[in-house]
Amino acid sequence: MLEVTGLHVAYGGIQAVRSITFHVNEGETVALIGANGAGKTTTLKAIARLVDAAGGDVHFRGEKIVHAAPHDIVRKGIALVPEGRGVFPRLTVAENLRIGAFIRNDAVDIEKDLETIYGYFPRLREREDQLAGTLSGGEQQMLAIGRALMSRPKMLLLDEPSMGLAPIMVHKIFEVIRAVAAAGMTVLLIEQNARLALESSQRAYVMESGEITLNGASTALLHDPKVRAAYLGE
Amino acid sequence: MDIFLQQIINGLVQGSIYALVALGYTMVYGIMGLINFAHGEVVMIGTLVSITVVGLLIGAGMPAGLAGLCGLVVAVLVCMGLGWSLERVAYRPLRGAPRLTPLITAIGMSIVLQNLAMILWGRNYLTFPPLLPKVSFELAGTHFTLVQVAIVAISAATMGGLLLLIYRTKLGMAMRATAQNPAVASLMGINANRVIAAAFVIGSALGALAGVMVGSYYEIAHYQMGFMLGLKAFTAAVLGGIGNLAGAMLGGVLLGIIEALGAGYIGDLTGGFLGSHYQDIFAFVVLIGVLMFKPSGLFGEKAGDRA
Ligand SMILES: Nc1ncnc2c1ncn2[C@@H]1O[C@H](COP(=O)(O)OP(=O)(O)OP(=O)(O)O)[C@@H](O)[C@H]1O
Ligand SMILES: [Mg+2]
Repeated sequence: MLEVTGLHVAYGGIQAVRSITFHVNEGETVALIGANGAGKTTTLKAIARLVDAAGGDVHFRGEKIVHAAPHDIVRKGIALVPEGRGVFPRLTVAENLRIGAFIRNDAVDIEKDLETIYGYFPRLREREDQLAGTLSGGEQQMLAIGRALMSRPKMLLLDEPSMGLAPIMVHKIFEVIRAVAAAGMTVLLIEQNARLALESSQRAYVMESGEITLNGASTALLHDPKVRAAYLGE
Repeated sequence: MDIFLQQIINGLVQGSIYALVALGYTMVYGIMGLINFAHGEVVMIGTLVSITVVGLLIGAGMPAGLAGLCGLVVAVLVCMGLGWSLERVAYRPLRGAPRLTPLITAIGMSIVLQNLAMILWGRNYLTFPPLLPKVSFELAGTHFTLVQVAIVAISAATMGGLLLLIYRTKLGMAMRATAQNPAVASLMGINANRVIAAAFVIGSALGALAGVMVGSYYEIAHYQMGFMLGLKAFTAAVLGGIGNLAGAMLGGVLLGIIEALGAGYIGDLTGGFLGSHYQDIFAFVVLIGVLMFKPSGLFGEKAGDRA
């Protein structure tokens, strides 16, 4: 469904992503793990067109999207939940969710989807009219995921949904991510919490200093001695 | 006659006009951090276009009120086009340039527009035909005219409409989202160029309305009138907290009232040394005061780290 070939991204002189190649099949959850500064966020930003690729290609459902306009990415079916959540702090919770459906015009179905999101995250319904900036970190993460789902994407890109959250919150959020994936969503999941990422995905890629150094089935990587030593703290 | 109340009323009228113009500054600033110093000139063009249209229509025998309405519509359309072109031609190519560059361009555009207006309408003062019957009312020791009532009522209704647009429509939500986080807004499918263009077009429409109001209030117009009006409206926007809609509205009205009270009492305050024609200094005292003591303005959140 998503094919990244030889993608290269540089910030000025810094080579953040060096010619990486990977793919995500329809219906799969694929994890991309790696240490701080490995280039994970940059990879997602390049797919979502928030940064320009210096080289390489990105295809989504057979269509070349590496030069698409940033505001067209979601229309093609890709929704990104950005690092640090990126909720609109001075919009209410409900407005944040509705703006997730900005590209849609089917008012009736939008209301239905809003109910679905509130079903996943009852906390958001309770805080519907509150400004998003006043939510806790975990609630903002719920909101950012809900907002992405409101566009009815074909693929979800998640950038460290567990970052800075208490274990119980992480548990709740991953429950929803797994439920969405089980319902057929294609997911590309970035995580520093490698164990969580590998346990939640079918396949995974390991990124180091801008390059992909390992890949394989997530269960295999969970037992790979190198991965265990470097990313699972064993 | 109660001078204090009278000056409050005069200030409210002038302040409503400032508020409409200040909204144009604040909307553009809120979305893209640019101070569009050419906005005062857009207002001036609005006044001059409406003078021409109204003059022609009255000359052709149309009743003044209806001619005024047509003049308003034409001025609004012309200014919307002008605001759109300004953004497209002058500012869009400079997106991402250092902050000083678009600022200087804005000053350049305002000089261009002034000169264009001078060529089209000449150097002389033009008289704006009266649009409404010269009726005046008396209430609690104060006098006010039909024009004054119309200015305040139409401004209030327009600002109410703007708030509905910004807080109750999809376009308004997209504008607010883009102002808060343009990158994430683009992830939602919002085209930042369209939102920025909308801010210019809407701000210019409000400016045109203000231009027609100034014209019919003072019954006079001139190609340089946009400069002082723009500067005062900018002051009003800063006073309210630039980038904040409610701030621009409140700042405009407050500035109008401060000026009117100042003009009413300046003679007494200075023992007759300065007369009411010195009223312009109040706006600048306010501007300097706000910038010194509360640069983020009354409602400002983080103007400080943007400017
Ligand atoms: N806007 C930027 N300007 C310059 N360098 C950047 C920028 N963003 C990221 N980098 C650099 O690019 C490299 C990759 O960063 P990136 O954010 O993609 O890493 P990451 O894998 O997401 O890390 P983390 O786990 O800390 O989020 C880092 O060396 C970083 O310093
Ligand atoms: Mg990152």
